Amino acid sequence: MALPIYASPLERVWHKTYLLICAAIFLFLIAPILIVIPLSFNAEPYFTFTEKMLSFDPEGYSLRWYDNLLTHGMQAPDVARDGTWWSDMWNNAQWIRAAKNSAIVGFWSTLLATSLGTLAALGLSRSEMPYRKLITAVLLSPMIVPVIITATGLFFFYSNPCSVLGPLAPEGGCARLTSTYLGVILAHATLGIPFVIITVTATLTSFDKSLSRAAANLGAGPVRTFFKVQLPLITPGVVSGALFAFVTSFDEVVVVLFIGSHEQQTIPRQMWNGIREQISPSILAVATILVIISIALLTVVELLRRRSERLRGLTPQ
Amino acid sequence: MSDTILRTADGKPLKAALQRASAVARRRAFWLVLPLLAFVVITFVVPIGQMLSRSVTNDAFSANMPQLVAWFEANPEGTEPDEAAFAALAADLTNAAAERTIGSVATRINYDVSGTRSLFTSAGRKAKKLEAPFKESVVAMDPKWGEPIVWAAMRNASAKLTTSFYQAAMDRKLSAKGVFEKAPGDLQVYLKLFGRTLALSAVVTFLCLLLGYPVAHLLASLPMSKSSLLMILVLLPFWTSLLVRTTSWMVLLQEQGILNNTLVGLGIISDENRFALMYNQAGTIIAMTHILLPFMILPLYSVMKTIPVSYTRAARSLGATSWTTFRRIYVPQTVPGIGAGGILVFILAVGYYITPALVGGATGTLISNQIAFHMQDSLNWSLAAALAAMLLGAVLALYWVYDRLVGIDNMKLG
Repeated sequence: MALPIYASPLERVWHKTYLLICAAIFLFLIAPILIVIPLSFNAEPYFTFTEKMLSFDPEGYSLRWYDNLLTHGMQAPDVARDGTWWSDMWNNAQWIRAAKNSAIVGFWSTLLATSLGTLAALGLSRSEMPYRKLITAVLLSPMIVPVIITATGLFFFYSNPCSVLGPLAPEGGCARLTSTYLGVILAHATLGIPFVIITVTATLTSFDKSLSRAAANLGAGPVRTFFKVQLPLITPGVVSGALFAFVTSFDEVVVVLFIGSHEQQTIPRQMWNGIREQISPSILAVATILVIISIALLTVVELLRRRSERLRGLTPQ
Repeated sequence: MSDTILRTADGKPLKAALQRASAVARRRAFWLVLPLLAFVVITFVVPIGQMLSRSVTNDAFSANMPQLVAWFEANPEGTEPDEAAFAALAADLTNAAAERTIGSVATRINYDVSGTRSLFTSAGRKAKKLEAPFKESVVAMDPKWGEPIVWAAMRNASAKLTTSFYQAAMDRKLSAKGVFEKAPGDLQVYLKLFGRTLALSAVVTFLCLLLGYPVAHLLASLPMSKSSLLMILVLLPFWTSLLVRTTSWMVLLQEQGILNNTLVGLGIISDENRFALMYNQAGTIIAMTHILLPFMILPLYSVMKTIPVSYTRAARSLGATSWTTFRRIYVPQTVPGIGAGGILVFILAVGYYITPALVGGATGTLISNQIAFHMQDSLNWSLAAALAAMLLGAVLALYWVYDRLVGIDNMKLG
């Protein structure tokens, strides 16, 4: 932001101050996230910089907390690192198990949220859609309702699903959904849906409807039009919606705490336990890995956004 | 055929044909949305509604004390408990003790009149030996059985629908006379907590606005290439795990944490006077402001982006100082962004759970933490549901305001 040429000296001083304030706010935004990265290489079990770290003594740094992530929960962590060690780690290490659970739950809930959400967004973006405002409000409400309320409601629902389903309930009663993967996946899908709806609808608003009409005119049915014309153009929106849904699931802890069991231990749940019980710098090592993942995801979303704008001819550059 | 109605090529009236076509289009659009709508209603709306219904229904007493319930139904409120009532009580107590439901009955009454749990459980053990006249023998067992407050609580609990959990959630307790009255000031828990939740959310919203406004302004006025670089600094926190951000703040704010160590190292504060920034309201406010700041910046930015520079230039050329231009020309145009960001941040803050639970300590927790406490520790699910209903009511009211002001269709992410 350039100052106008007629700016008075006072305005110039103020402008510099303003930029300084903004820099401070950016520091406030970003510093807490980056600070965990060096701290995770701490050789001591502290959450602060030791003197050795500050003087950049290599002895002050170590990878022990990352090693701890792999070995924690293993049956025989101290043997030589051969094939059995690695398979022991892959099967028993707690953080690895948590990562696997997060991946399973994240994948299926994202798939569910994205497919249903994209379909619904297609309907919602049509001008003929009846009760559009009301339905959008209902579909976006999982984002607005405090997650503790969602978790509480789901806890009772999952304890006895038949009581909610009523006449729809299968004969012979329902199985409990608490402490099951299916329960957590359904819940996370619900939480991720609003993000899919928002991103896909946003992409669809700028979609040129005459393209689908042209396809129909040339003899393509609605399904073929969707897959050949519409979907390729809205893919960036769908993918970033899916990423949002995945991150929502990947970061979710309250619902997992309420309806999951030890069996469904995800990374956030394991972190939560770690923070509340035996706090160790391993948490910072996990945090560092998660920060790196979020940087990667952010990059992908940014690239997609630019691609989508380019596809729609919005960005001149 | 000389009518004036417009017809389609195959001779149908145009109006009817159009109506049919638009009905088909409406149905098609609706069918696309239906799967998701059904999914959300079944896995979200109905469970929450059912959970909330627990706040007015609790059959722990009425299901296990049938004879006494029948007596309460036959005799209107205000009737002195007579011999028949005590006989029903004795029979129900014997029954409940035999079926091992006396514990849940006792718990239910204990919610309304604390200290009555043992009254019921010990009566359950002795009930078998009770003999007529029951009034004398029950009261002889424990004189508390003659007190009107116990009978008022039992009458209250025998009803199909009860308000007692909402009364409790609003700090109203059964008095000795058997009616709900406001608890004395120092016993008020929930109203204070609601007040604190609203106050802390307001502070967080204000701080977000204070910090977000200049940043959004800068982002909106820089050229695209620079602003998209800086935007990454806003979006990265947005994409980073909530737990990671909360952990970082715990690392920073601890008594032996980086912030205090730095301040001591620089000689700004002495070693004994380290700031207590965590496990109190300060911790909650700092961490929540940081976490919710992107939700303020993004709506502000998208509004500021649409404000033409020529307006402020025109104001300057007409003689306004830069301050007047900012105050009277620029800020009024950003009001929609302030409203959108403010309400969004406030809605999210009111329902926050994780961050206050980890950094809030005793004074920095919010209403959500109390709901979790009643769900997981005290197991008073009806009270948890009543508190949840009140919180949800507040959130939905704000959601409605948000829709009025901004329109939910205009919600954007990044």
